[in-house]
Order: sequence, then structure tokens, then C-alpha cells
Amino acid sequence: MPRLESTDAVRLAALRAGDEHAFAELVDELSPRMLRLARVYVTGAAIAEDTLQEAWIVVLGSLDRFEGRSSLATWILGIVVNVARARGRHESRSRPFSSLSTDDQPIIDPDRFLPPDHERWPGHWAIAPAPWPEHALETAEAAQVIREAVAQLPQTQRAVITLRDMIGCTAEETCNALALSDANQRVLLHRARTKVRAALEQAFDTMEALA
Amino acid sequence: MNEMDCKELVEAITAYLDGTLPAADRRRFNTHLENCPYCTEYLAQMRKTIARLGTLDESTLSHDARERLLVAFRDWRTG
Repeated sequence: MPRLESTDAVRLAALRAGDEHAFAELVDELSPRMLRLARVYVTGAAIAEDTLQEAWIVVLGSLDRFEGRSSLATWILGIVVNVARARGRHESRSRPFSSLSTDDQPIIDPDRFLPPDHERWPGHWAIAPAPWPEHALETAEAAQVIREAVAQLPQTQRAVITLRDMIGCTAEETCNALALSDANQRVLLHRARTKVRAALEQAFDTMEALA
Repeated sequence: MNEMDCKELVEAITAYLDGTLPAADRRRFNTHLENCPYCTEYLAQMRKTIARLGTLDESTLSHDARERLLVAFRDWRTG
């Protein structure tokens, strides 16, 4: 069994001993990530906070069973996924099914590329990506475009891109939290990133056209 | 080994960035990139997109929700 991260071991001992200060510190450190992850499965800030409350109670109740096969943070994020997913299933009975739909469209519009039988440039760009306007990506508008694009992704893609790119988990941590294979995780991440980039491209094209 | 085209390259980017592309494909990827300004631009845009995803505003726990958690912790401790 891998050795516990030393800070994890110290924290775990403090939590098990009922150290409220250690608990508050962990809550402050992990809550932003936990809330973000909960929002993949449930709608609304209030329900996300309830989900967090429930997840922490599961964490406290399971502390004695934590074996340190992953970091404490990854283990807790995995619990958030399970609790939030169960809540979301409940909620989704009254939600449009589009957000749960699977995704089998091509990742990039095939018309962006020349056909495989093209005499000179098979499989090359037909419509090449244009450079983005300088500093456009740093704007609040771009942040909003990204949020909307992420919100429209199928749920598992949203979970993967949230963990990998927004929260900053490794591939391995993401696979553990979501119970996905490494290959599947990567395919879902790639689809999600590709769609977010495409949404930005479209928004920047429109901005340029208006300017 | 056949050359990598643009269509194949864009699909391999996440594996490339994760370092999980097989060595032969990694070489094909790099060779294509050296000769293709469009894919170089596309890859740069993917990297920028990924970086920007990590800098969006975070959600924070409300004061009330934090207090409720601390109460839950005390309840658990006295179990």
C-alpha cells in the first residue's frame, strides 16, 4: 500500500481526534472544489451546499475506513461525486433529458478538413483556425462563453473537464473519483476541451465581425 | 510510417499533452507540427483554453453553510 502523504496523515489523525480547527481548515481548502464538482450533478447553489453537507457527513462517518490508497482530497472528491450523483438522479426526473444525453456527434465539424481523397492535401485543414484576438481570452465575456459551453456538455464530460482542467486533478485522480478507465477519461476530456475551444472560436469570430 | 495529417493531429492533442501518445505517434505528431502553422495555432489555442478553464472564479461556501458544517462536526465528535 502506498504511504500516506505526510500532511494527509497529520490531518487524518487530527480529524479522528476531533480537532475542529483541522476540520475547518480542510473545509475551507476543499469546499470551492467540492462545490464546483457538486454543481456538475445538481442545480442551484443551495442544493450544492446541501450536497456538500451530506458529503462531509459521509466523510466523517467513513474516516476510519480511509486507507490512503489515494490522497485525502481525492478520496473526498470521490465521495462528493457519489453523493451529488445520487441527488442529481433524484432531481433529473424533472429535468430535460438533453443534459443526460450521450454524445456521438463528430468532435470537430468534418467540413473543417479536406477529404481523405484530396489530391494534394488529404486530411488537412479546409478552414484553418484563425489566430484569436489578443487578450480576448482574458475577458469576462470569454469566461462566460466557457461556463456556458461546459454547462452544455454531457454530464460525464462535464465531470471530467471539471476535475481535470478546472480543479486541476491528475488523470489518475479523475479516474478514481469517477470510476472511469484511463482511456475513457481521456476521450471524454478531449471531446469536452474540443467543444469549449470551438465555442470560444465561434464567440471570437462574432466579436471580430462586430468590431 | 505514414505522415500524420491535420485531422489526426487534432484528435491526438489530449493524449499528446498527457504524455500517453505512443512514441511513434509522438514523433509523427511533432514532425507534422514543425511543418504546419495551422496545427501549431490550433494546439496553442487548446493549451490556452485549458489554462483559462483553470482560472474561472471559484464558488465559495456561504457563511451559514460553513457554520452548519462545524455544528455537524461537533455532533459527530460527541457522537
